[in-house]
Amino acid sequence: MTLIKTKVGRRSFIKTSAATGGGILIGFNWLVSCTPATEEEPTVAIPNEWFDINGYIKIGDTGMVTIYSPNPEIGQNVMTSMPMIVAEELDVPWKNVVVEQGSLDEDAFKNPQFAGGSLSIKLSWDALRMAGAAGKRMLMEAAAKEWGVAVTDLTASEGVISEINGERTIEYGQIASKAVGIEVPEELELKEPKDYKLIGTRQKNVEGPKIVTGKPLFGLDYKREGMLLAMIEHPPAFGLKVVDFNTEEIKAMTGVKDAFIIDTTIPEPGGLGINAFPQLVAIVGESTWQLMKAKKALKVNYESVSEAENSEMHAAKMEADFEKGQAATSRLDGDPDAAFASATKVIERTYTAPFMAHNTLEPMNFFANVTADKAELVGPTQTPKLLEESVAKLLDMPAENITVDMTRQGGGFGRRLYTHFGLEAAAISKKMGAPIKMIYTREDDMSQGTYRPTYRSVYKAGLDENNNLIAFSVKGIGIPEGPVFPNRFPAGSVDNYVAESRGIETNISTGAWRAPRSHFTAGAEQSFLDEVAELAGKDPIDLRLELFERAMKNPVGEEHEYEAERYAGVLKLVKEKSNWGTETPGVFRGVAAYFCHNSYVAQVMDMVLVDGKPKVKKVYCAVDCGILINREGAENIIQGGVVDGIGHAMYSELKFEDGTPTHKNFTTYQLVRFNQAPAEIEVHFVENEIAPTGLGEPGLPPAVGALANALYKATGTRYYHSPFSTADQGSNLIG
Amino acid sequence: MAIFNLTINGEKREVDVDPDTPILWVLRDELDLVGTKFGCGVAMCGACTIHLDGAATRSCQVPVSAIEGKKITTIEGLSEKGDHPVQKAWLEHDVAQCGYCQAGQIMSASALLDSNPNPSDEEIEVAMTGNICRCGTYVRIKDAIKTASKL
Ligand code: FES
Ligand code: FES
Repeated sequence: MTLIKTKVGRRSFIKTSAATGGGILIGFNWLVSCTPATEEEPTVAIPNEWFDINGYIKIGDTGMVTIYSPNPEIGQNVMTSMPMIVAEELDVPWKNVVVEQGSLDEDAFKNPQFAGGSLSIKLSWDALRMAGAAGKRMLMEAAAKEWGVAVTDLTASEGVISEINGERTIEYGQIASKAVGIEVPEELELKEPKDYKLIGTRQKNVEGPKIVTGKPLFGLDYKREGMLLAMIEHPPAFGLKVVDFNTEEIKAMTGVKDAFIIDTTIPEPGGLGINAFPQLVAIVGESTWQLMKAKKALKVNYESVSEAENSEMHAAKMEADFEKGQAATSRLDGDPDAAFASATKVIERTYTAPFMAHNTLEPMNFFANVTADKAELVGPTQTPKLLEESVAKLLDMPAENITVDMTRQGGGFGRRLYTHFGLEAAAISKKMGAPIKMIYTREDDMSQGTYRPTYRSVYKAGLDENNNLIAFSVKGIGIPEGPVFPNRFPAGSVDNYVAESRGIETNISTGAWRAPRSHFTAGAEQSFLDEVAELAGKDPIDLRLELFERAMKNPVGEEHEYEAERYAGVLKLVKEKSNWGTETPGVFRGVAAYFCHNSYVAQVMDMVLVDGKPKVKKVYCAVDCGILINREGAENIIQGGVVDGIGHAMYSELKFEDGTPTHKNFTTYQLVRFNQAPAEIEVHFVENEIAPTGLGEPGLPPAVGALANALYKATGTRYYHSPFSTADQGSNLIG
Repeated sequence: MAIFNLTINGEKREVDVDPDTPILWVLRDELDLVGTKFGCGVAMCGACTIHLDGAATRSCQVPVSAIEGKKITTIEGLSEKGDHPVQKAWLEHDVAQCGYCQAGQIMSASALLDSNPNPSDEEIEVAMTGNICRCGTYVRIKDAIKTASKL
């Protein structure tokens, strides 16, 4: 039996019924239960009355249950998986459940509402289970009272409460009205994983039917009576600031209501408040197209406020400063210098990666309605709470007067962790005294990014005469942060080990890009280990398993940030599922494994040559994320991570000339396309009962390493510098 | 500004817009048909795909002045109840991640299957390579097209 405390912080779980209220209305609200109705199994009728059970749950008199999904939905599918956890403990048939996006209300949800670090499931695991279990307990208490029996005489399952030794039964919908406000005990019993009926099954995306019929779901689709549209123009280069523009000319254009300069500077913005261009030109009107034409007619004067950077300068700086100054983070085990000096074989390789843009397919946008004493924001954000706090600073308004609602989001990848676009919408609405929706063009989005930093790392390994790895060094630098995780693998598995990370300042705005740093370190480290294995004459999986064995039995150093057993577990699983070791003519294989964001993923990538050009045909993935919540969504996000990893390692880069990003749209910025994606991606999960961890990021990093290793087998060339398809490394790679 | 008479999803609609306005923005701003998405505005992502007289067309590239008399179908009009074989197959394969690209993907796929009910892998590639999915759902898109071709 798993017991869980129902008191979190200062308020008990139950005392905040009705706090979240309805979801967001985008144009209209329509109810679709989680499983589409079939002739044999009609879904539950739309209720006449709803009863608020707690912040997550509302039950209708017909037995229909609304579960509010607390966290931002950016495509990671938490809007399905989080409510599944609530429904499991509430013990209600999934087909009776309707899911709605919850508003920002961390008090009601007893949990931080953000999408970042693949943390949604990991952090909310207790709160979601508790919400469901508390709801079930309240319904049972109400039934017990009604029948004059003890709660212990009752059992509840699939939305029905029954007497253990009696005939009586009652459905949740029939007793819900009496359950409102009932106190629950301080401790509640949770289900054992072996008793799960819903968790671990395959459930379809709850918004699937709306997505395939084009219903208004996204921020860009949001509309309000009397709403105006707004667009911004930012300086063309980092290091420039807006001075003035041809205001009168722009204002005179057809469809332009107003044009002005906004300033979104706030005190203590914090890391996620990064904003390279706090001063922007804003143009407001009623038609997007007319605004786009007005943007083209802008003549803006800029002043230079800091140095204009370029890509050559970035590369040169990273090389020059590589070992200069104090490392930001470091680790030292044993005596690497001596070990390298005594090694029989030494190998050293340098890896680099460029800046990259996030390029969520839905460009940045936000709705704001700022009045004298209130502000209402609606749109795509991964950090609604931070946005609320930031808008409070910008408007000098108490946070209680500000609401933030989340729409479905056309991709996140870290881009919507940042607050500047929400602030811009708020500033424009305030100036206009009207509700506005601000939207970026693709060019605005790509040239005003919070880019993935550029990196350079040097890996070095030493083998003794028996081909044992006796020394390992990883040193990295990045703009603005270095890419090295000193306590990650292979730390703990090598006697003599050194890791150092350094950063160089820049005026280019950078930020978290899906699996920050990990996507680069996984690619570099895992392809380096492939070369080390080759040098040692060992199978690449065996070499890794040997190292994990060492880290399990006799770890080196104080600590390391991974569980060697689980790491080895995914490698063994992928080895088995891919029949590693068997040779298929014309198929070239690469392997990689990586641990980040609390989950373990190993991949084997099969490459073939099509017209002489390499193409990934099939990928095998083995994943350990603890308890699996929704098998369907989990497979999908891992597959997406693989495609994203291949795509960005092969094709994507953002360069700078005179402070200006040289790519501004998909005409030159290449994203992976249908014909370049693998034909098949198989995903296998390690079965265990460990508390669940996230999957939004961990599927991506190993794909970079597996790709580089498969490419080597297919072409005989090692790829050290992403994107691998650039001309200097062989443009023949574009398959 | 000028008046244009359009046939969208079988209905006659009248709009008063600048003649050079791409049909994408007529749909989204004037007609509340926001299922058709904006991704790039330069014919490179396919998010804005509609059917123009049955052919998959990037609506960000076609000015409203060029389409009078032509039949426009958007994702909202693909089927009455969301039960077009491609929509059904998309649900069966649970294709969407963020979902933003999927209306465009479905419009490209349904135009392909209308003209070629049993496309080969190569023909599917040619038809779908203009539609970006930033979330990387390509494997499921391919499987769903194959399923739809059998429905
Ligand atoms: S918006 Fe039309 S192709 Fe991208
Ligand atoms: S599902 Fe997100 S862009 Fe395709």
